[in-house]
Amino acid sequence: MATVTIIALDGLIFASWLFLVSAGLTLVYGVLRVLNIAHGSLYALGAYTAATLVIAYSHRGLWPPGTLAVLPLAAVVVGAAVGPLVERGILQRIYAREQILQLLATFALFLILEDAVKLIWGPSPYYAYRPYALLGQVRLGGVVYPVYSFLLVLVALSAGALLWLFVTRSRFGRLVQAVIHDPEISTTLGINLSRVYVLTFSLGAALAALGGAFTAPMISVVPGIAVEVIVVAFAVVVIGGLGSLPGAAVGALLIGLVRAAAIHLVPVLELFTIYVVMAVVLLARPHGLFPPPEVRRI
Amino acid sequence: MTAGRWAGPLAFLVLALLGRTLPGWLVFVLTLALAKGLVVMGVMLLMRVGLVSFGHGLFFAGAAYAAGFAMKLWGMREAALLVAIGVLAAVVLGGVSGLLAARYREIFFAMLTLAFSMVLYGVLIKAYAVTGGSDGLRVPVPTILGLQVRPEQGRLAVYYVTLLSVAVAVAVVLRYWNAPLGYLMQAIRDNEVRVAYLGGPVSRAVYFTYVLSSALGGLGGVLVALSVGHIDPNLAYWTTSGEFVFVALLGGTGGVHAPLAGAVVYELLKSYAFKYTPYAWQLLMGTAMLAVILLLPGGLWAPLQRAVRRQHP
Repeated sequence: MATVTIIALDGLIFASWLFLVSAGLTLVYGVLRVLNIAHGSLYALGAYTAATLVIAYSHRGLWPPGTLAVLPLAAVVVGAAVGPLVERGILQRIYAREQILQLLATFALFLILEDAVKLIWGPSPYYAYRPYALLGQVRLGGVVYPVYSFLLVLVALSAGALLWLFVTRSRFGRLVQAVIHDPEISTTLGINLSRVYVLTFSLGAALAALGGAFTAPMISVVPGIAVEVIVVAFAVVVIGGLGSLPGAAVGALLIGLVRAAAIHLVPVLELFTIYVVMAVVLLARPHGLFPPPEVRRI
Repeated sequence: MTAGRWAGPLAFLVLALLGRTLPGWLVFVLTLALAKGLVVMGVMLLMRVGLVSFGHGLFFAGAAYAAGFAMKLWGMREAALLVAIGVLAAVVLGGVSGLLAARYREIFFAMLTLAFSMVLYGVLIKAYAVTGGSDGLRVPVPTILGLQVRPEQGRLAVYYVTLLSVAVAVAVVLRYWNAPLGYLMQAIRDNEVRVAYLGGPVSRAVYFTYVLSSALGGLGGVLVALSVGHIDPNLAYWTTSGEFVFVALLGGTGGVHAPLAGAVVYELLKSYAFKYTPYAWQLLMGTAMLAVILLLPGGLWAPLQRAVRRQHP
């Protein structure tokens, strides 16, 4: 198979993963105006929860394909359990403060969750390979791909599409858009702002956990997986324009393709691709590719 | 402010005497705290302009590695020269990256600085032949102004080098703080557009603050390298930078002393937290950080300052 095709395929697979782990971040920023550093921790929580569920499920010896259904369940669990807790407990108290303080508050939350994960699940790795092994491999033009990778693409595509439909078509989505547009006017129109905030944040947390849950079968789930994801997700979101869902998709594709190209052509550069793409995009467009319009206050 | 004028030199004298009396490990913790306090001072200067750098690891590690290379490649051992090389490297890094970064604000600034530091992290990991990859480099005990230092006295020697550097840095920063350009910092933070309309040199002030801040980051980096005796790429990792931001927040932006005091408190807190709860020290730090954010908006000093003001209105 031509290198170009391999790069395109690898890029697409990596881009899907990138989109999954960053969509929630951009959604939360778009509505709450908080750049959530703890997003990576939510991803880790999703991965650990999924690993626990998969292992527990497989030990029962139940119907094997069920392990795949367990993965989204982990996302729901994390979103419903941690989302409201964090929004109500911490974020709600600091919306009025400087954006920088909000950034630091989520950094503090990241530190807390980092140890909490270690205290709950311990330092040893978890292997939740069953869903990955279950799907087997496929040979495409001489290159072997795990079928699971294509499932990842499917999950990312459907998550993106559903999210987009939800935000643009559903009633709640329209309320969310009104809040994005102008929180103050929305309250005067009778929109329950704090409800929109808590639901959006929980949705974002569930998305982060979904990314983690679908990553868990591909990796050994160990402490420290949160740290790397945060920076990557930031890069994707900043490239796309903070708060823009299509932007996150484009950013993910851009990074995915460039990274795949780097791996195949100049492997030494692999580690830098994300940051180089981010720096170049920010140089040309200081607010990312699709920044939501912003008012300049004098 | 007569009391204030003497407070600095007095604290300096006390710290100098403490070097002789405190146990070795505490001197080491104090050295680390003061060195990191310099980096935090740099972060705090940028905070005064309203910018949060999540990438001071760039200067911190850049300077440490510049000194490390000078030792490894040219066999340089002189502390004064190493410090100069490190600061110079940081100023170059800051001068170049500042051309880009100083044009950005808020989260974009934070993310861009973070990206820069992570690029350096990548370089340090990948350039195994020169940097030793994730193993890092050893930094032997330096000579002080040509004098050989016995290894067992190295710790104390580096402490005094650090103390001297802090004194110089504080003098320089105070000078800037009270200069016209320095006064602009707070104004820019409050309303940048208005300052620009009033004819204030906004971009010059931001750029200069950025470069000064990077020099402080570099100074701290070299001193940490000398005191620990080892450098590795984690100095450039974004969590290291995050720690500096945390300490800056802990100290507040109220004065030049705040970051140093914040760093000492933090470093002591951290060593005790690490000693008694090795598995949960991040949890403790995070909780402390949240408490500061939610309960003490102006940093640890703010309630103290308010109390002083209440007594001497």
